[in-house]
Amino acid sequence: MIDRRGLLKGTGALAGAIAGSVGLTRPSLAQGVDNKVLRFVPQANLANLDPIWGTQYVVRNGSLMIWDMLYGVNERLEPQPQMVESHEASPDFKTWTFRLRPGLKFHDNEPVLAKDAVASINRWMARDATMGVPIKRRLDALEVVDDRTFRFRLNQPYPKMLFALGKSSTPCLFIMPERIATTDPFKQITEIVGSGPMRFRKDEWVPGSRAAFERFAGYVPRAEKASWLAGGKRMMLERVEWHILPDAATASAALQSGEVDWWETPVSDLVPLLRKSPNIAVDIADPLGNIGALRLNHLHPPFNDVRARRAVQWAVSQSDYMQAVVGDDPSLWKEVPGYFTPETPLYTEAGGEPLKGPRNYELAKKLLAEAGYKGEPIVLLVATDLAILKAQGDVTADALKRIGMNVEYAALDWGTVGQRRAKKDPPAQGGWNIFHTWHAGADCVNPAPYIALDSSGDTAWFGWPKSDLVQERIQAWYAAPDLVAEKQAIAALNQAAMDHVVYVPTGFFKGYQAWRKTLTGVVKAPFPIFWDVSKS
Amino acid sequence: MLAYATRRVLATIPVILIVALFVFSLLYIAPGDPAAIIAGDQATPDDVERIRASLGLDRPFVIRFVDWLWSVLQGDLGNSIFTNLPVSHMISQRIEPTLSLMVLTLTLSLSFAIPMGVIAAWKHGTLIDRFVMLTAVFGFSTPVFVIGYLLAFVFALKLDWLPVQGFTSISHGLLPFLRNLILPAVALGLVYMALIARITRATMLDVLSQDYVRTAKAKGVGQRGILFLHALKNAAVPIVTIVGIGFAALIGGAVVTESVFAIPGLGRLTVDAILRRDYPVIQGVVLLFSCVYVVVNLIVDLLYTLFDPRIRY
Repeated sequence: MIDRRGLLKGTGALAGAIAGSVGLTRPSLAQGVDNKVLRFVPQANLANLDPIWGTQYVVRNGSLMIWDMLYGVNERLEPQPQMVESHEASPDFKTWTFRLRPGLKFHDNEPVLAKDAVASINRWMARDATMGVPIKRRLDALEVVDDRTFRFRLNQPYPKMLFALGKSSTPCLFIMPERIATTDPFKQITEIVGSGPMRFRKDEWVPGSRAAFERFAGYVPRAEKASWLAGGKRMMLERVEWHILPDAATASAALQSGEVDWWETPVSDLVPLLRKSPNIAVDIADPLGNIGALRLNHLHPPFNDVRARRAVQWAVSQSDYMQAVVGDDPSLWKEVPGYFTPETPLYTEAGGEPLKGPRNYELAKKLLAEAGYKGEPIVLLVATDLAILKAQGDVTADALKRIGMNVEYAALDWGTVGQRRAKKDPPAQGGWNIFHTWHAGADCVNPAPYIALDSSGDTAWFGWPKSDLVQERIQAWYAAPDLVAEKQAIAALNQAAMDHVVYVPTGFFKGYQAWRKTLTGVVKAPFPIFWDVSKS
Repeated sequence: MLAYATRRVLATIPVILIVALFVFSLLYIAPGDPAAIIAGDQATPDDVERIRASLGLDRPFVIRFVDWLWSVLQGDLGNSIFTNLPVSHMISQRIEPTLSLMVLTLTLSLSFAIPMGVIAAWKHGTLIDRFVMLTAVFGFSTPVFVIGYLLAFVFALKLDWLPVQGFTSISHGLLPFLRNLILPAVALGLVYMALIARITRATMLDVLSQDYVRTAKAKGVGQRGILFLHALKNAAVPIVTIVGIGFAALIGGAVVTESVFAIPGLGRLTVDAILRRDYPVIQGVVLLFSCVYVVVNLIVDLLYTLFDPRIRY
């Protein structure tokens, strides 16, 4: 006889058998293990794939897989030939001739020709304010000599040409087919045909969620060992998937459970948790780090007076900023009493005394009084949706109050800060006095990509500093014939920029990256590098 | 009924137009500049201005609104400022995850909430009633993301039974589909379940005190018959109303759940678009949500006739 208890037992057993047969009770993950597919969590959403039109770092990082460059910087930031086979420069650095490597192909299997390089260079020059525009100003002609050769004819010397063509700061000079590269640089390209080791799968792209790249079999890497963007870009993986995970806790859990393999920017708070996992490796992401920036508006009082700017230099504490930004891990930050990236050849502290040692609030107050500050509101734009900027903003508000400044803390989002910082109106009429940002260390190694140091006044970056001496010292670096001369020029430039207070550096900081130990070949660099990465 | 439904649908057109104008105006006056975001930190003010012009963002408000409205009337929601993809394409990519999440959430919530509310009302004043209400309070009080994190921690990370994040389309199989959605649906459904359970209990208590229920008991109708055939049917109208209203809350909660579980749904699309000032996407999604909400309300009104024969249109 079937009783109730027996029926329940039997039903349970049957349910278990069914569940077991369809895998319901087997502990398993939704994704299968595939050692040719890397699942990567990028720093931000990949909202577009035009690295000239949209210059966000995440776009550059994706583009590095899709397109190749004429030159690429290695880990010593030395430009090395990539798509170029050889070059010739005239002794006066006014004529530069380049010859492309043979056998280069686009992802549509068409050959890469000099006309493609010329069109790509033209598009890049129109948008790159740091090096492209200066080259364009000097340009008499950019001509195709033959299918693999093109030439620059300049009316003024430009010794840094190779660095410009291989610069890693955005926008980079990516080589696209001519028909695509002739797109208006202020409009987005509609076709994505790459020249690099990975092909973008536009059909699988879900903006804000997922992007996929597949290995392009027709790519011919260089013979040399890879070093950052130089050397042979050999893909060990067939496919790279970018999974956009906006929530840090979710990304952390996904990495721990093995649903993703590599997380570009884990938040500092979660790093101790990740370190506890035996399956996860954590290390510094980018040895060149970042330099925090307190940007002052030089157009309006009080910071149109250098004494008021110097008062801020004496009031702010870089250690306060850095601990607010990255926490209490001392290996992640250092004070930087200068404008250039620490541990790089041109690093200098010349003129950095105001940022060293104990703060001097009394001197700061005295300088403010001399500058005629009488308690007017100081409009401080704070992007509260970005943790780094919120932290800096809070520290600045506190520091300024200590020296008697009347801080008007404008809590905004980055989109609004981006709009408002472009306004040259007085602060009381919708303008601003201070905003924060940070600069990638790779962009601060020398003056060439360093837009934030430009002190040309009206045409300078937000804040519009004006100093003829700083501009002169920048040009002196450009003209420096060797490293010794460059170091001297940079020391003089740093002194001038600190004296003028072009902006106030808030410190040097690094971030972590984290990956599953099934990956090998993950390197430290200012951008994620997928070649030579393999997965077991 | 058909005439009523037609009249209601026609009446929504001016409502949708007003919503469209309102959203368009808000975006126009709100601070933020997508051209500046696109141009990036290295751009000059001239660059930003040129991008703004190329996107048509420098045109007067009226011209932009009329252009956009005219396109919408022809079924074209425009292109995203950032991705350059058609807004309709971006929405279509995201509809399945959000719809799936909401259907599963609704199904789970109603499946638990209504019986809970009925039982609580039936066992009014007892420990069972208090337990149900305590569960409801917990569901109301605990933020969706906290529940989401807890569920992910226990069932995904520790027990490794379910994935932490992601979405699998039902076209890849029912089981993978459910395994990705069960945790988000529970997280999102808890607050909804709490709301429905409380309303069900309250309306059931009211109905159970009615004379006809006493009459049914006196006539010997069993407890199940009283609860489900007589009482619940009469309590259904307010419950259905709350389900309809709660749908809007569900849309809002889906945004958080989609972020926590990395579900590529409409909620995340909207948030990303707002942060970037991707006006065409924002306008398209808000228009869609408005239409959906109008349809839901219409369905709720039509359902009344099912539960209450006195209601006729």
